[in-house]
Amino acid sequence: MSLFSKFLSIQQAREEILQSGINPFHLTIEKINSPTEGVINGRQTILVGTNNYLGLTFHPDCIQAGQEAIAQEGTGTTGSRMANGSFSSHNDLERAIADFYGMPHAIVFSTGYQANLGVLSALAGPGDTILMDGDSHASIYDGCRLGGAEVLRFKHNDVPDLEKKLRRLGNRSQRTLVIVEGIYSMLGDRAPLKEIVEIKLKYGATLVVDEAHSLGVLGKRGRGLAEEVGVEEGVDCIVGTFSKSLGSTGGFGVSIHPEFEFIRYTSRPYIFTASPCPSVVASTKVSLRIIRETPQLRKQLWENAQTLYDGLQKIGYTLGAEVGPVIAAMIPSKEQALGMWQGLLEQGIYVNLMIPPATPNGESLLRCSVSAAHTPKQLETIIQCFANVHSSLKEQTPSLQT
Amino acid sequence: MTTYPDILPQLLETLKPYAKKIGTLKETTDLVSELGLDSLQVMQVLLKIEDQFDISIPLNNLPNIRTVKDLGMEIEMLLKA
Ligand SMILES: Cc1ncc(COP(=O)(O)O)c(C=O)c1O
Repeated sequence: MSLFSKFLSIQQAREEILQSGINPFHLTIEKINSPTEGVINGRQTILVGTNNYLGLTFHPDCIQAGQEAIAQEGTGTTGSRMANGSFSSHNDLERAIADFYGMPHAIVFSTGYQANLGVLSALAGPGDTILMDGDSHASIYDGCRLGGAEVLRFKHNDVPDLEKKLRRLGNRSQRTLVIVEGIYSMLGDRAPLKEIVEIKLKYGATLVVDEAHSLGVLGKRGRGLAEEVGVEEGVDCIVGTFSKSLGSTGGFGVSIHPEFEFIRYTSRPYIFTASPCPSVVASTKVSLRIIRETPQLRKQLWENAQTLYDGLQKIGYTLGAEVGPVIAAMIPSKEQALGMWQGLLEQGIYVNLMIPPATPNGESLLRCSVSAAHTPKQLETIIQCFANVHSSLKEQTPSLQT
Repeated sequence: MTTYPDILPQLLETLKPYAKKIGTLKETTDLVSELGLDSLQVMQVLLKIEDQFDISIPLNNLPNIRTVKDLGMEIEMLLKA
């Protein structure tokens, strides 16, 4: 036994998959041409697994803002905001986010992962309790653990289970943080946020919503699920990422509570890491403006989602949730999913292969993320290719021919 | 008050469906290495037990729970709290 022995089981699982002749582990996009097209294995490929919901990664205004920021402020910040100081552009972006949400306090982090770590660990510490949805993203799990609070898990989207657990806490419920996601990243289903807000108010708990996949996607102004269902006033804090609809990298937290500002003094993922680099901050600020000013993008995204959803359903795929920008086709076995994923890739379609243990309920999924930038022609091709690989679902042992 | 000796038979009953492969369940049975529960099954079992005893088991305590006995003792502790 050595430190390295623990990797044996991973190695075995990896070998098992490689034996099928397919290697999903080291996918490289050799060239990226646009939000929806790149070159993979030398082949021109339509990208349907990028979380680039609004297609803003190549928006000329975002590119220009990033280029100008590099020229004016340099390539990096070379330090943390606490130790090395903020740039004005960090403060500007925070004001822009606060303004976008209509909440007074916003804090920017270097990634969405760190936003969850930073906010959750600072808000809930020893003596406090966190109640998290069981299907939460890994950054939520890690953030819960980092603060040292007692962590309880309720059944995914199960409001009665949430209530049961709050009830059991007695008056500790008032020192409890409930964390849910707007749109869940794997299956694309939404939290029953209206009901959750009611329960949270009843028990005096604090509610944090991770709108990573719903920012720019849901709500009249694109603020996310809380706006969509009209419960923003019942949400204490929203966390999110720049890495999806905003097309850059970074994360944030916004809140109605003035004490939120003190996170800057206690949150290790805020203090002990370099601040976001100027070009990223500049592009993000522009994409936030675009989200605000261009509701047509959101409309286009939903039209595209509907088209892909209907197309896949018509072929006979079992889909994970209601129509939305995350569309997950549930595949009965890991082997079939692997074969179909490869089949799609060989036809020039890239989707996300999701297999256990990374998935809820041990599902194997071909996960699509739709973009407003997908053209009708691309959507047609995607659906056609999904139809081509569907036949392998009927075979017992999927063969890997194209 | 419910104590470990009362909890154990109920716990063994709940775990029975997961022990088909190994036959008899003992106090010393390791839930992961012997029963072979994966993370999904662990979650299902825990949810069942939580409802059965009307308790909530913190994730923080899971690393210390290896055997049936550990789980029983945890339940006892949570019922006392
Ligand atoms: C729900 C959720 N929260 C947080 C993150 C982390 O965001 P980032 O990629 O910016 O670290 C993601 C995605 O990766 C996510 O799906």
